[in-house]
Amino acid sequence: MPTREKTLDDVLNLAATQFKVPRATLSPDDDFFKKLGIDSLQALSLLTRLEQHFNIELPDYEMQGVSDFKTLAERIQARL
Amino acid sequence: MNEFHGRALSWTIKDGVVEVSLHRKPCNEIGSESLADFERLAAALPGLEQDAHSLILYSTLDCGFCAGADLRELFRRAQEISKTEAVTAIHGFLERIHHVMNTLDASPLTTIAAVNGVVFGGGFELALTCDLIIADKTARFCFPELRLGLIPGFGGIPRLKRDLGNAAVRDLLLTGRSFNSTKAQQVGLASQVVGEGEALRVARATAAQAGKFDRGTAGAAKRFAKPIPYDELQREIEIFCQLFTRPAVEAGLRKFVENTDAQPYLP
Repeated sequence: MPTREKTLDDVLNLAATQFKVPRATLSPDDDFFKKLGIDSLQALSLLTRLEQHFNIELPDYEMQGVSDFKTLAERIQARL
Repeated sequence: MNEFHGRALSWTIKDGVVEVSLHRKPCNEIGSESLADFERLAAALPGLEQDAHSLILYSTLDCGFCAGADLRELFRRAQEISKTEAVTAIHGFLERIHHVMNTLDASPLTTIAAVNGVVFGGGFELALTCDLIIADKTARFCFPELRLGLIPGFGGIPRLKRDLGNAAVRDLLLTGRSFNSTKAQQVGLASQVVGEGEALRVARATAAQAGKFDRGTAGAAKRFAKPIPYDELQREIEIFCQLFTRPAVEAGLRKFVENTDAQPYLP
C-alpha cells in the first residue's frame, strides 16, 4: 500500500496534469475548485481519473464537502 | 428523412447505420426543444429502419453524453402556472418522452449508445433504451433524482430493473452516487469500456459487425432478450407525478437552479 505522502503526491500530480497547471503551484491545503478553476462536472472527471489511477471506487457522497487535496487524498488512502 | 439537422440533435445514415448526434449545450439537457427533435427522430425511425441495420447515439460535447432533464426549464415553467396545471404539463411531457424512449427501445435496429463524460438522469435513461452501451473511460452514470425529491421519470427504474441486478439498481437509485465506466461494465451496464474519445469509433465497428446478420433474426433475438416493461413504465409516470406535488420537490428544484456552488451536480 502506498504511503499517505505518495497518495497525496499522486493526487497533486494527476490534478496538475489533467487541468494543465504547474505542479509546483499546487499545495495540499488548496481548495481544488478555486485553485484549478473547475466546476462540479470537472471535479467528477477528476474523480474518474483518481478512481482509475488508484483502482478504487470512491462514492460521490464521500466527496461531499471535500474541497482540499489533503482531505481528498485521505479519502482515497482509506480505500487502498 | 435520411438526414436531419436540429437544434438539439442531428442524424445521418452511413453504411447502413443511423448516427444520431446530440449537440445541445451546455450538456444535452432534455427540455421542450430537445423533446421536439427526439419526436422527429421517433417519427422518422420507421423510414430509417428500411435503409439501416443499426443506430448509434452519441454526443459531440466534451462534457458528456447527456446531463438529463432540463431542470431549469422545468422549474421556470412550474413557477409560471398553478400546481395542478404543472402536474398536467409534466404528465404530458412524460408521456411524450416515454413514447420516444419506447420507440427507440422497440426499434428493430441494433441500437448503441456511445457515451462519454456525464450520463446522468434522463441521459442515463436514454442510454438504457439502447441494446448496447459502449462507454469511454470518462463516462459516469448517475441517477441524482432522489436529491430533488423525485424518482427518475424517463423510464429509468423499469429499464434498470430489466437490465441490472438488485444491488446495482438499488445502489444507483437509493444513494444517488455515480458509477464510473469500469463499475458500469462490472455490473453489466456497459458492454465495452474504451479509451477516451474512442466510443464512437468502437460503436461504428460494433454496428458493422451487427449488420452482418439477418435483420429478421436479429430483431427476433432483440425482442426476446429485451422485453419492454410497458406496465411499469406507465406506473413510473404516475408515481413521478404524485411525487411532483410535494413541497420537497419545489425546494429541491429551487436549490438546484439557484445554487451557485461548484458542486450542484455532485449527488
